[in-house]
Amino acid sequence: MVERRPVLTFVRHAVLIAGVALVMLPVYVALVASTLPIASIMTVPMPLWPGTEALQNYAAVIAHGSALGSSAPVGRMMVNSLIMALVIACGKISISIISAFAIVYFRFPLRTACFWMIFVTLMLPVEVRILPTYQVVASLGLVNTYTGLTLPLIASATATFLFRQFFLTIPDELAEAARIDGAGPMRFFLDVVVPLSRTNIAALFVIMFIFGWNQYLWPLLVTTQENMYTTVIGIKRMIPGGDAAAEWNLIMATAILAMLPPAAVILLMQKWFVKGLVESEK
Amino acid sequence: MEKRALFRSRWLPYALIAPQLAVSLAFFFWPAGQTLYWSTLLQDAFAAHPQFVGLDNFKALFADETYFASFRVTAVFSLLVAATGLSISLLLAVFADRVVRGATLYKTLLIWPYAVAPAVAGVLWLFLLSPSIGILTYALRGFGVDWNYYVDGGQALVLVVIAAVWKQISYNFLFFLAGLQSIPPSLVEAAAIDGAGPVKRFWTIVFPLLSPTAFFLLVVNIVYAFFDTFAIIDATTQGGPARATQILVFKVYEDGFKGLDLGGSAAQSAVLMAIVIGLTVVQFRWVERKVKY
Repeated sequence: MVERRPVLTFVRHAVLIAGVALVMLPVYVALVASTLPIASIMTVPMPLWPGTEALQNYAAVIAHGSALGSSAPVGRMMVNSLIMALVIACGKISISIISAFAIVYFRFPLRTACFWMIFVTLMLPVEVRILPTYQVVASLGLVNTYTGLTLPLIASATATFLFRQFFLTIPDELAEAARIDGAGPMRFFLDVVVPLSRTNIAALFVIMFIFGWNQYLWPLLVTTQENMYTTVIGIKRMIPGGDAAAEWNLIMATAILAMLPPAAVILLMQKWFVKGLVESEK
Repeated sequence: MEKRALFRSRWLPYALIAPQLAVSLAFFFWPAGQTLYWSTLLQDAFAAHPQFVGLDNFKALFADETYFASFRVTAVFSLLVAATGLSISLLLAVFADRVVRGATLYKTLLIWPYAVAPAVAGVLWLFLLSPSIGILTYALRGFGVDWNYYVDGGQALVLVVIAAVWKQISYNFLFFLAGLQSIPPSLVEAAAIDGAGPVKRFWTIVFPLLSPTAFFLLVVNIVYAFFDTFAIIDATTQGGPARATQILVFKVYEDGFKGLDLGGSAAQSAVLMAIVIGLTVVQFRWVERKVKY
């Protein structure tokens, strides 16, 4: 605060409240819609105060989806999304931390080449190589499997860089001391490097969990059976073309369910989230 | 920066780096190479013997009016997303940076939409702006606006821009806030003592110091609008009406998976790859320079 100006303080709060309202509006309407019977949504304008059907709506989608769109149960989709997000987050972190360890703590032929190969993957988002990637996964027989859903998304140049940057700041004395004490590289990795990387791991976990949970194009291609759908693509399949016939109360209940886990991760791990986001982009 | 204290092993580093390289080779390099190779072939899903046609797919692509239309849509879309998103988040970040009471609450409420999947963001706005039952459609009608994105291409574009910007506000906000907090308060205070008002201080001191962050976010937002918004488009307008929201990525998907024109789709992917590589290079050149204030 540079100077005291009551008018300015008022304007600040007004703008921030307007911003928060803009951000919360769609979520609030979705939340209200998920508690209403479909008939009151169809009366234009729909009520803006929560109704009493919340339990029925949520129980219905979790158990058997939407009758007018996809009838796949959302409960199963949530499990699929959770598996996908956890496997991607843990997988990315594990393979990145060990490859960053190899690049920082060893000198070996082709080290620079390996580093650049990992670096270049940054420039190849799924969207520009969808068909051939799908073909690879299909030829390995991984369509409609969790492996097919997660493995192609598990290489992460971002995580490798973050760990590399961090390892470069670990004092050399620690590695020297470990070597004098007779510790091998893996011992040093497990007892020194991993514990020191805890906050980085937590930060990356938040980002990668959200990344995995929110995947859309890839699960859309790789899952063709209802029992493998993830929540995010399940919502879209509930909208049966032509908006009037959709069961919006159930779709909105699913949308709320799809937002809950990643939102919970952000709110519970906010400190690490901010750190992870800002640092992984450097 | 290199390490002095190193471990020695003939095989261990390879074993440690192998998983990442294996995944990268199988799911990045091989498919990317295939894309480039396919882009020179004339093939469809049923042809047993694809025919090598050189650059014909690219020639056909650049002679195709719908491809240019898609380029225009993508350009307009990404500029709108970047410009609107950056202005709103900068405004919010500037005010959130200076507010004393309730700062943490505002921040939490503004950053959590990062958790919302683009597809879900699309569906939420689809519901608010649905021509028949949307609550905002109702409000717009009150103002005399006839809102129906099923028939009006411009309105369909507005719908996907709103959803895309809404989803990205929290990300931009966080980076602007981090940028603002790294500006030394003494600079702003000195200007205040010299009699500069808040608006003048913002444009002459804060904004120039923030420009590296703004430039970084501009690139990130354009990449986001080019690629990550596929889900928003697919969940809402599916490129319609009459291709009004058919961005390049969506066309690759439609031509490849729905139209089964593998060569043409691969050629489009190759063009997109060139665009990402260009944007990434721009971003990294900036990273090298940004440290100096």
